[in-house]
Amino acid sequence: MTVTATLSRSTFTGLRCKECGHPYEAGARHVCEDVCFGPLEVVYDYDAIKNRVSRATIEAGPASIWRYREFLPIEGDPIDVGTGFTPLLKAGNLAKRLGLKSLYIKNDGVNMPTLSFKDRVVSVALTRARELGFTTVSCASTGNLANSTAAIAAHAGLDCCVFIPSDLELGKVLGTLIYNPTLMAVKGNYDQVNRLCSEVANTYGWGFVNINLRPYYSEGSKTLGYEVIEQLGWELPDHIVAPLASGSLFTKIRKGFDEFIKCRLVDEKPVRFSGAQAEGCSPIAQAFAEGRDFITPVKPNTIAKSIAIGNPADGPYAIDIANKTGGSIAAVSDAEIIEGIKLLAETEGVFTETAGGTTIAVLKKLVEQGKINPEERTVAYITGNGLKTTEAVADCIGAPYTIEAQLDSFKAAWAQAQSAQQA
Amino acid sequence: MAVQVLIPTPLQKFTNDEASVDLEASSVDGLIEALEGRYPGIKGRLCDEAGKLRRFLNLYVNSEDIRFLDNQDTPLKDGDEVSIVPAVAGG
Repeated sequence: MTVTATLSRSTFTGLRCKECGHPYEAGARHVCEDVCFGPLEVVYDYDAIKNRVSRATIEAGPASIWRYREFLPIEGDPIDVGTGFTPLLKAGNLAKRLGLKSLYIKNDGVNMPTLSFKDRVVSVALTRARELGFTTVSCASTGNLANSTAAIAAHAGLDCCVFIPSDLELGKVLGTLIYNPTLMAVKGNYDQVNRLCSEVANTYGWGFVNINLRPYYSEGSKTLGYEVIEQLGWELPDHIVAPLASGSLFTKIRKGFDEFIKCRLVDEKPVRFSGAQAEGCSPIAQAFAEGRDFITPVKPNTIAKSIAIGNPADGPYAIDIANKTGGSIAAVSDAEIIEGIKLLAETEGVFTETAGGTTIAVLKKLVEQGKINPEERTVAYITGNGLKTTEAVADCIGAPYTIEAQLDSFKAAWAQAQSAQQA
Repeated sequence: MAVQVLIPTPLQKFTNDEASVDLEASSVDGLIEALEGRYPGIKGRLCDEAGKLRRFLNLYVNSEDIRFLDNQDTPLKDGDEVSIVPAVAGG
């Protein structure tokens, strides 16, 4: 019998504190428990990555986030549910409306399997959870993460118990329950749900995607950076606008750009990073406006529930990136968010949820304030789908003309519609 | 003032694996000192050199973040529950 040595496909070597650099083994842990409680992040062997990866190897990979698997913290076969490689849409109509020359929409509202960017982070987290021996997975969620964790756990055959605030939109509750997890609707806001989950994670031995699996989970968001580079023909954009909830997504898009530069997959150039928050939950925008590098928590009160995190863990890093890259962080009102949702739908045929409305409204605001140059090649990240939060716009859109199945009835209604349009 | 403190897993090595401990303290600062008195070394994990709670730790008194109260001066009374929670990502 011959034994064939197989080369390990993993390219990561462990974890490290982002604050103090203290090293840890690549287990289920998320804070620097030996020193400073800073967040842990994955350490990679970039020489190994460089040796294995080229534009050609990536282009030959699957049409999912796993075409970038060398940059993701897994050891064996991934759970591949077709997540990622979502459209990058050239948004000519919206660009014209806003006065921009070159605008793209990265549309994760059509991500698979649950129509938000969370499918990226959960695909990575559950792959790693399985590798670490967890049989039950969990999360604290504002909705999208619950949908994604429940769906991908079902596909992977993992038991699932997820926690959400009890006031979430019906579509997000239903879009979790259909996968038959145990769903805990907690009477409280997201920050309270998160606190409860930290205590549950301490005692139940479950894999919480955004708690003890967080270092792996958050790496999934880097693929939003890689894909934009590849879809722009292996070039970086000039400016990106993304929603800010905990701030993690924002920092990981940057990390994705930086890693492709480091591995010589794209030419280096400055990219400005701007972040979007809802006024009703804008602790990062407030700190940015006041020139602070620390976050004062707030109690959320906004229709943009998916980004309503009052105590954002990665807020200080998001502020740092916006400052260092010459970007901005701005907040918009609930009314502006609804207008943002409608504007994107009417100009580009993309129906996004409130977080996307926030991003579009902030994009508009920053252009009006001269903080985005019309010449800049700008990418707006749309992270979720509008069909999950129809309540938000139900009272602000038109109504159908109800008519008889007769030509006369149609003619009368058509005349009415045309005069309404001219008014 | 007997106060119950919920200890996160990473700190339980100081508390002989106890997830919950009872202490006497009349403020959050006093509680930190009482913890240090009983479990030497724990304060160095909770606070920086200036005695300020570390940026990535959240403290709650009866489920309310102390940053909405009086921070480390927040008073404690008999029966209060204090939880120590490392920051987590969303969402």
